[in-house]
Amino acid sequence: MSGGARAFALHGGLIVLLFVLQFVLPAYHHGNLARIMVLASYAVGYNILFGYTGLLSLGHALFFAAGMYGMGLGIQHLGLTPAPALLLGLMAGAAVSGALALLALRTTGVAFMIVTLMFAQAGYLTILYFGEYTRGDEGFVIQQAQRMLWGIDLSDPGSRYFAALILFGSCLMLSLWMVRSPFGKVLVAIRENEERVRMLGYDIFAHKLGAMIISGTIAAAAGASYGLLFGYAGASFASVQYSIFPLLWVLLGGAGTVLGPFIGTLFMFYLIDLSSGVTTAYMLIAGVALVLLTLFAPQGLMGELRRRVWRGLP
Amino acid sequence: MLASLEGAITAAVLALTAVGLSLVFGVMRVVNIAHGEFFMLGAVIAWWIAHSLGGHPVIGFSVALVAAPLVVGALAVAADMTILKRLNYDPERTIVATIGVLYIIQQMTLMGYGPDARPVEPPFNTRLAIPWVEHGAEGWAMIWPWGLGTTSYKLAVIGAAVVLLCGVWILMSRTRFGLVMRATQADRDMALAFGIPVERVYALVFGLGAALAALAGVLIVPIQQAHYLMGADPLLLSFIVVIIGGLGSLPGTVLAAVLIGMSDGIISVFFSPTLAKILATLLVGLVLVFRPQGLFGAQSE
Repeated sequence: MSGGARAFALHGGLIVLLFVLQFVLPAYHHGNLARIMVLASYAVGYNILFGYTGLLSLGHALFFAAGMYGMGLGIQHLGLTPAPALLLGLMAGAAVSGALALLALRTTGVAFMIVTLMFAQAGYLTILYFGEYTRGDEGFVIQQAQRMLWGIDLSDPGSRYFAALILFGSCLMLSLWMVRSPFGKVLVAIRENEERVRMLGYDIFAHKLGAMIISGTIAAAAGASYGLLFGYAGASFASVQYSIFPLLWVLLGGAGTVLGPFIGTLFMFYLIDLSSGVTTAYMLIAGVALVLLTLFAPQGLMGELRRRVWRGLP
Repeated sequence: MLASLEGAITAAVLALTAVGLSLVFGVMRVVNIAHGEFFMLGAVIAWWIAHSLGGHPVIGFSVALVAAPLVVGALAVAADMTILKRLNYDPERTIVATIGVLYIIQQMTLMGYGPDARPVEPPFNTRLAIPWVEHGAEGWAMIWPWGLGTTSYKLAVIGAAVVLLCGVWILMSRTRFGLVMRATQADRDMALAFGIPVERVYALVFGLGAALAALAGVLIVPIQQAHYLMGADPLLLSFIVVIIGGLGSLPGTVLAAVLIGMSDGIISVFFSPTLAKILATLLVGLVLVFRPQGLFGAQSE
């Protein structure tokens, strides 16, 4: 089997496994897994920018929230049905990430992190400021009647799981296809040595811009779906914490691997889920995990796997 | 008038916190996201000392003023030696690691100290009224309106901050340790070649930066209350100050702290505080994009 066929078999296998799992899992884990798949899509989007292009953004919550509020406000105030509302969320994410990219890509390294952090913070505060429409920290509930997509009730656990699987599957396959395409190869080359790629005549800025818009749009898709599937949009999804989460998931699962974001989200979700039963200070786990990961396993779980077992793992 | 006095207190505390952040960034090239938590720890330790010592507020407060920076500084040195040193001070990985440290400190405090905000009694708190001239029934008269006044403690905070900042400046420019720090800042490898123990300098600088933040926390705690989430605002404001003042430039940092501290109070009067924060964060982002050397970049080397 060639490397490409093996890669598609592995990732397709995961999607089939997730499809089968919905019939055997107990209700609690069934609901969790739907949530994990949506959040993992968010992490997949983050990974394109961080893992493959080497740009560490501390402001992805802005894109997640752009999708969520683009969708939510469209339903709430414009009276849209879910399909155009989702589209509106995606467009909001693409527009916001494009605008931020035009500004932030003028900087590199630490300055890029701080610029993204600052703009995300400004976005979060803006949501609070327009509390009249967004209901601020409290958030708003999207009613069951407003969550009917083509006659399918997305608040029903079965169809919700299925919708999450479709979202996650398409994000995963898009990401796999992208990193194997010439565009994705240039992104990896930029991560490894920007100057050399520039010397070879590639337009660095255009590639980074493309990566950031794709990454932001996937994050927005995850945000919009999260709002639609779980029927809630709130300002806390725009806070710094939600910018840190995808970083954590991707680091844990393995930056620059296609499967890493899902593995990382799965592990971290259950880690926090288990520990929040013991203490309210569950973010402690996140902090400890971040420090330990940067110290001992900067490659993450899938990165270690790639190093030891399968060197061609995409 | 009153707004500018309140602004001066914000500026004084902010200058201390931001100088700590700026020192760490300037010498070590490390962006310390956990800086606000050192500030918070200073305040919480001050509460804990004042609470467990009891007696007159002066005793507890003066013990806290010495002990809290030492404890926090020691903690920071330990964090530097166990975490940052092993990352080889790589700028991007240290940011991720300090985010982790932020959550560890914050959540440990939540577990040990609880989610309540707790006050500390100021060591002295005489009320100073500010006279106001008003036209009354008997012509112009001087009155001392209620609410228009300040306390001796608030003035003392400003004084203490000025003294401390002068101390830092003298330390940097007049002592051997300052010379070593500046040498390390200018060229790490060359300093190493001249036999300067760069790693020890880094640990001490990180400790010193954290201690300054903790001092600011102790000073502010009689005015604000100690709370486990109180580190977020000073962190954001210090970032703003350090970036506007020019990364790693001490005089720029102090100047920007005064500017931001004073204007924060005044902007908040005219706009809602949320809008003021939005404008400030946007300003920082744009300054970084278009003038990465900071608004006072000419003053930095």
